[in-house]
Amino acid sequence: MKQFLTFVRKEFYHVFRDPKTLLLLFGMPIAQIILFGFALTNEIKNSNIVICDYANDIASQRIIDKIEASKSFDIKKTILSHQEIEAAFKTGKVKLVIVFPTNFNNELLHLNKAQVQIIADASDPNTASTLTSYASNIIMDYQKELMKNASAPLRINTDVRMIYNPELKGATNFVPGVMALVLLLVCVLMTSVSIVKEKETGTMEILLVSPFNPILVIISKAVPYFFLSLVNLTLILVLSVTLMDMPMNGSYLLLYLASALLILTALALGLLISNSTDSQQSAMLISLMGMLMPTMLFTGFMFPLENMPMPLQYIANAIPSKWYYIIVKSVMIKGLGIASVWKELLILTGMTLFLLVVSIKKFKIRLA
Amino acid sequence: MTNEVVIKTDKLTKRFGDFIATNEITFDVYAGEIFGFLGANGAGKTTAMKMLCGLSTPSSGNAAIAGFDIYKQSESIKKNIGYMSQKFSLYEDLTVIENINFFGGIYGMSDKQLNEKRENLIETLGLKNEAKKLVGSLPLGWKQKLAFSVAIFHEPKIVFLDEPTGGVDPVTRRQFWDLIYAASDRGITIFVTTHYMDEAEYCNRVTMMVDGVIKALDTPTKLKEQFSATTMDEVFFELARGAKRKAD
Amino acid sequence: MRTLKFLLQKEFRQIFRNTSILRMIIAMPIIQLLVMPLAADFEIKNINISIVDHDHSSYSQKLIEKIIASGYFKMNDYSNSFNQSFLEFQKDKSDLVLEIPKNFEKELVRENESNLFIAVNAINGTKASVGSAYLSRIISNFNSDIRLDWMQPQKFNQTPTIEIATLNWFNPFLNYPFFMVPGILVVLVTMVGAYMCALNIVKEKEVGTIEQINVTPIKKYHFILGKLIPFWVIGIFIFTLGLFGVARLVYHIVPAGSMLVLYSFLSIYLIALLGIGLIISTYSDTQQQAMSLAFFAMMIFMLMSGLFTSVDSMPEWAKWIARCNPVTYFIDVVRLVVLKGSGFADIKNQFLIMTGMAIFFNGWAVLNYKKTS
Repeated sequence: MKQFLTFVRKEFYHVFRDPKTLLLLFGMPIAQIILFGFALTNEIKNSNIVICDYANDIASQRIIDKIEASKSFDIKKTILSHQEIEAAFKTGKVKLVIVFPTNFNNELLHLNKAQVQIIADASDPNTASTLTSYASNIIMDYQKELMKNASAPLRINTDVRMIYNPELKGATNFVPGVMALVLLLVCVLMTSVSIVKEKETGTMEILLVSPFNPILVIISKAVPYFFLSLVNLTLILVLSVTLMDMPMNGSYLLLYLASALLILTALALGLLISNSTDSQQSAMLISLMGMLMPTMLFTGFMFPLENMPMPLQYIANAIPSKWYYIIVKSVMIKGLGIASVWKELLILTGMTLFLLVVSIKKFKIRLA
Repeated sequence: MTNEVVIKTDKLTKRFGDFIATNEITFDVYAGEIFGFLGANGAGKTTAMKMLCGLSTPSSGNAAIAGFDIYKQSESIKKNIGYMSQKFSLYEDLTVIENINFFGGIYGMSDKQLNEKRENLIETLGLKNEAKKLVGSLPLGWKQKLAFSVAIFHEPKIVFLDEPTGGVDPVTRRQFWDLIYAASDRGITIFVTTHYMDEAEYCNRVTMMVDGVIKALDTPTKLKEQFSATTMDEVFFELARGAKRKAD
Repeated sequence: MRTLKFLLQKEFRQIFRNTSILRMIIAMPIIQLLVMPLAADFEIKNINISIVDHDHSSYSQKLIEKIIASGYFKMNDYSNSFNQSFLEFQKDKSDLVLEIPKNFEKELVRENESNLFIAVNAINGTKASVGSAYLSRIISNFNSDIRLDWMQPQKFNQTPTIEIATLNWFNPFLNYPFFMVPGILVVLVTMVGAYMCALNIVKEKEVGTIEQINVTPIKKYHFILGKLIPFWVIGIFIFTLGLFGVARLVYHIVPAGSMLVLYSFLSIYLIALLGIGLIISTYSDTQQQAMSLAFFAMMIFMLMSGLFTSVDSMPEWAKWIARCNPVTYFIDVVRLVVLKGSGFADIKNQFLIMTGMAIFFNGWAVLNYKKTS
């Protein structure tokens, strides 16, 4: 045990004496939380749109006022020809154009039918359909107003209640995802590179020659990152709960338990990667390039998993952070207990054990 | 050995904060001589050499290498010197031929010169069968000999060797020194640091650095006389016993 | 100039000899480019809805039919009990719960007004807004339908209706990969370029061969050019492979604009990017350090580039970060040129800024790189 602690202490020295690595270890989670919490959002806000109001009457004005009031739009009123609209789209500065025809209000009142044109720059389909949808809803609202004033029969009202996140804050969706991302990536990266570095510089041989079970040598490498990741986790929790009003309605114990599990998975993965390559460059390439984007995409916090084609959804099931994300949401936001997340916990445990067994086996083979 | 001075230093000093690595060292090196720079680890040998090569700027003092000023003409110095570092200096993932071509080329040798000299070199070193192999696959002794030969490939005035024979067997060391003699005969000045005291015997003159200061500068014979010693080892013990610094 | 030739020969030889890394830097971007656009889809489809029907009238039936027929929603469960449905909601089995009250139809007919209750899972704010917007629209349409049926034929269309004509330009089928593929390609090329360049130089530092180079009369700028050019070539190669290989063959994306414009920008972009890789290498002594710095920088660049979330929606301070990020401009340009056929005049600003960045980053790197310490 004493010898094991000697190894662990050496590993801690390695980590703390390298300020640039510490920057990554602690700076990145903080940067991510701040960015995801305050800067990044799926909402569409402040989109530049142009309104071509040929009518200039009370109806078009009313609708334009409503549109102006919405945070989604930054409007400019000017008359553009079709070519000018295309040119404006091509500069990327305008996302949508709404056209009111000349006799808008008159037609509405006397013919009971009038047309509004919405032209969207659909190169970004998401923004285009969202903006179109918002604009349409505003126009529909105006129509409802007209109908109410006309005392139309059969009016259906809807009472919409947003649950779990009434203010539609982006943070509630992102923070658990960032937690998963940070824990998974940083651990995998740091462990794999640190082990491979010893291989490259030749110091691994010295360690292996020592009267010490090589498995313990490897575990000693993982220990500092385990603790540092838990510290990281705490840091993220504190920041998100205090600065971003992230709810924490469930048990801390359960949360930390699940996190420890994810960290172990990540460390096992790191070990596996380090066994598969001989150079730091490749270890880094695999850990980063190979895992960054897939983890971002398949955890489920940036893009809804249900949208993906079935084969990809199966791939997502193999990503540990996906299960962790579900657990964190259930515990932190919904305040649920172990009864609701035991299935995910089990899956995560299974993955951890599997990876550990495979990587230790592979390690033994390399030694032999 | 001629009387032309190729390296002239005057109170050359290098400080790292409060630590004085080399303390006002002053010496001259003549063209064509094999000049040994001895000392324990930590004495300041490598620091001194790095200054003379233009890898490190002195804190104070002056020096001229091949007639060029150490502060203002470092790029000209570099055109006229060769260097073999302590850490291995060739590219392990390039072949023997590719390494030679590369270093020859960047010193400005023309293609014709390159081809001729390269064939000669490979012949001399007996590396004909290994010429197309990656340098990383060669045994250490051959790598060292190759590295030296590449360092003098462009016929520089002076070549700096930093502990060139570390980890090499006695036979290979002897062969290595044969190469050094051959280069010296051609007029190349050899500036070599080492802590193998028997190699000190091979040099024309040696200096002994202790704690950043030059404690002795003379031919091996005269030094042995001075300290009533039979080997350079004994001379070294005499001088270095009181040393305070232990490691580089 | 000859010096440069020798340097480049050496660099290319070293890169191509390292087959495992070479395979990785080509295979990984390609594989990711194949898989990721399929995953990165914001379109809100397959929203699960729980329906609680206390009324069981013909109106409630019709409404439910209409909701399912729309294609946006999948009915997860249908019951009488709100609590039951809410349980499903809690378990994330459904995203919305629609409750139709008792006497829905009766009240509509007699009182002219009735209320529906909708509970929305708002953890994912966007999904919630869009989902509830869709549902509201369907209910609205349903409302118009029953009103039309209700009113006597003579009195048809008493109420003013606004018809909305939507036109989608450049991407009429709202094809998501169309939008995501160019952006993802940019990020992949960026990652490969910056990492490889930074690591390469630091490796020479770690191994010691850089000392040997510093002792020779090689000029600083020769050395730096010798490091930049090979990765510049690789960057262009990967981009081309991605654009004409994967994007065209798999996603049928045919660039609408001029390749000259695109590739000119790509060239300058790569120079700027590799400059950043160089700077990182001058501040690192070991590969691990270089990697830490590079990863940190790349992460921020990727998030703040407008790839996944739009720059317009960011608060002002964040927009400034996005403006200092070279990736933002390239993603912008790639989308403008490939999807809309924008020309040189349209991207003049981006071009100027990118040139400025290239000069700035490389200048910084050259100043920082010292042959003598």
